Amino acid sequence: MPAVQETVERVKRIDVDQYRYGFETLIESDKAPKGLSEDTVKFISEKKNEPAWMLQWRLEAYRRWLTMTEPTWARVDYPKIDFQDLYYYSAPKPKKTISSLDEIDPEILKTYEKLGIPLREVAMLEGVEPKPGDQDPARRKIAVDAVFDSVSVATTFQAELKKAGVIFMPISEAIREHPELVQKYLGSVVPTSDNFYATLNSAVFSDGSFVYVPPGVRCPMELSTYFRINERNTGQFERTLIIADKGSYVSYLEGCTAPQRDENQLHAAVVELVTHDDAEIKYSTVQNWYPGNSEGKGGIYNFVTKRGDCRGDRSKISWTQVETGSAITWKYPSCILRGDNSSGEFYSIAISNGYQQVDSGTKMIHLGKNTSSRIISKGIAAGKSQNTYRGLVTAHRKATGARNFTACDSLLIGDKCGAHTVPYIEAKNSSATFEHEATTSKISEDVLFYCIQRGLSQEEAVGLVVNGFVKDVLQQLPMEFAVEAQKLISISLEGSVG
Amino acid sequence: MALLEVKDLQVRVEEREILHGLTLTVNEGQVHAIMGPNGSGKSTLSHVIAGKPGYEVTGGQILFKGEDLLEMKPEERAAKGVFLAFQYPVEIPGVATMTFLRTALNAQRKARGESEYSTPDFLKKVREVSKSLNIPQDMLKRGVNVGFSGGEKKRNEVLQMALFEPSLCILDEMDSGLDIDALRIAADGVNALRSPKRAMVVITHYQRLLNYIVPDVVHVMSKGRVVKSGGKELAQELEESGYAQFEDAA
Repeated sequence: MPAVQETVERVKRIDVDQYRYGFETLIESDKAPKGLSEDTVKFISEKKNEPAWMLQWRLEAYRRWLTMTEPTWARVDYPKIDFQDLYYYSAPKPKKTISSLDEIDPEILKTYEKLGIPLREVAMLEGVEPKPGDQDPARRKIAVDAVFDSVSVATTFQAELKKAGVIFMPISEAIREHPELVQKYLGSVVPTSDNFYATLNSAVFSDGSFVYVPPGVRCPMELSTYFRINERNTGQFERTLIIADKGSYVSYLEGCTAPQRDENQLHAAVVELVTHDDAEIKYSTVQNWYPGNSEGKGGIYNFVTKRGDCRGDRSKISWTQVETGSAITWKYPSCILRGDNSSGEFYSIAISNGYQQVDSGTKMIHLGKNTSSRIISKGIAAGKSQNTYRGLVTAHRKATGARNFTACDSLLIGDKCGAHTVPYIEAKNSSATFEHEATTSKISEDVLFYCIQRGLSQEEAVGLVVNGFVKDVLQQLPMEFAVEAQKLISISLEGSVG
Repeated sequence: MALLEVKDLQVRVEEREILHGLTLTVNEGQVHAIMGPNGSGKSTLSHVIAGKPGYEVTGGQILFKGEDLLEMKPEERAAKGVFLAFQYPVEIPGVATMTFLRTALNAQRKARGESEYSTPDFLKKVREVSKSLNIPQDMLKRGVNVGFSGGEKKRNEVLQMALFEPSLCILDEMDSGLDIDALRIAADGVNALRSPKRAMVVITHYQRLLNYIVPDVVHVMSKGRVVKSGGKELAQELEESGYAQFEDAA
């Protein structure tokens, strides 16, 4: 069989049914009744002990949502979602109030251990004194805020962050403890009217992270949150808000896994980032949602609104993502380059296999003077999947000196998948310099054979070539994530090899 | 001892018969040259030995170290000691040459049940070999063959040969695209690898390469068959009288 045909056979045999993280945790959970109504919204708000203004905000969003229609312009196809047939809130019943990791329901902790989330390890690192001369720089500290089905289960490293003045807590807590901050920024980057799914999220969001970094502070560790959707038919509506005040820096990692499901699950999160003068936020995502079984049934719908507002001059926001899961991915992490000399970056690896559909990309909106943006997008399509890059680069007529570089490359494996590029480029200012490069290729048989003749197996050769293809983006990930991402890429394309 | 035995090999490519019963034996320690006009099947032979997909063997046999070579996957053949220096080495962007070399070498060693090279040992070996071939260290940090000149690509092939220490080296038109100096360096590298346990098969159109890599045996191919074999003088004869005389012999 010719080399490419064998690759195709191998890729087909990737047992999407053997999704590594496909299991359920049997835990009692506290659920809102099915369906969505003002009562559901009130139920959620009450569960979270929210102040009146927050409930009001949600209700306004809900009422607006009722007037909106679902958008259909994306290059994705899915059965109509019955919004009344979902649970909008699910939290594991707490045994008592949590004050340390040891008091968390051990079933939940076990789940996180299975997922490889280092809650325990982090706790151990915190407790153990390093031996003299035993400073391993690779063991950088990561503070983990674990979210389990809509409720943040534990937040570690509070003490060290508190010393630096960094606020890192579940958003539900922040609403109670830092209402002024939340009120000031929530909805200021993604308004409740923004789009159908953002509006829905605004009404029913249950949890997520809140981060505030005070002026001049470089957050002493990388912040991380893990998500998981457990309950059948719960949509997960995470809401994250990160604010970097003047001259501050924070790096945030988001990693997600999900259990095996038959019914599709909706994930409509909203992430808002704000940077003030000279501040920087680095936001990295390694996504591992369940992609659907070998017939394309089940799997997560990932309809997410992520946006960063470079409000301050010389501020910077960078998005790095490795997307390898979800039945359907619909997201455009974007940057509003408002401040003068502000910059935005988007680095992405989007892999689709089986019957997955991806319509993803970014928007770089140049408003201020001398703003710059950089987009490196690598799409890999295999199986019968469809992978679309949709990008918008726009310069306002007052955005003098706007610069953009975009490179979007697609790699096709086999002949049943599709890669599509939909770039929108609008320069309303004559001094804008926008560069756009795009390539579409398939893994060359000659390249594969060269590797195989040197002793590599077919699988190893594909892995090597793909790694080379995505190298530019992998290099942008924080070290811990880069290793996980490489493994994830191998798994997505090579099945049993981990 | 016979390292490679090709017996009455018949090969079809895309419905066309290219090799019509080719027979050839290469012993350890020998250098064989295969010459012939375009279309005689020289590259087909090297590709079939290496295991490139797209070639259908319709008859005959190939034994390597006494084992049935055609039964083995290409990566298995590599681990057993078959090395093909490609005529047109490909580029692999984003994969650093060092990484490629280490991954391939360790894959071969693993297949043979040997332990993987430790990083310091590997680096030492690469440094030794690249020095003798005049390959600067920073070239090894670049993507495999990315932006390499023709001469550099061929030297990279020889570098790999020196690292993998194969038993059978097939050099597919090593001289194509090389100037005199580049040719000399590459040839020196190949000659340095001669050994009693190793055999080389040098495929070429032109006699000139054989001035640098002096063969023990010269074969002339025409229309998918070996039509004449002889000593190194045969190459000189060909240079003077051309291939036409052999066309009818096929």
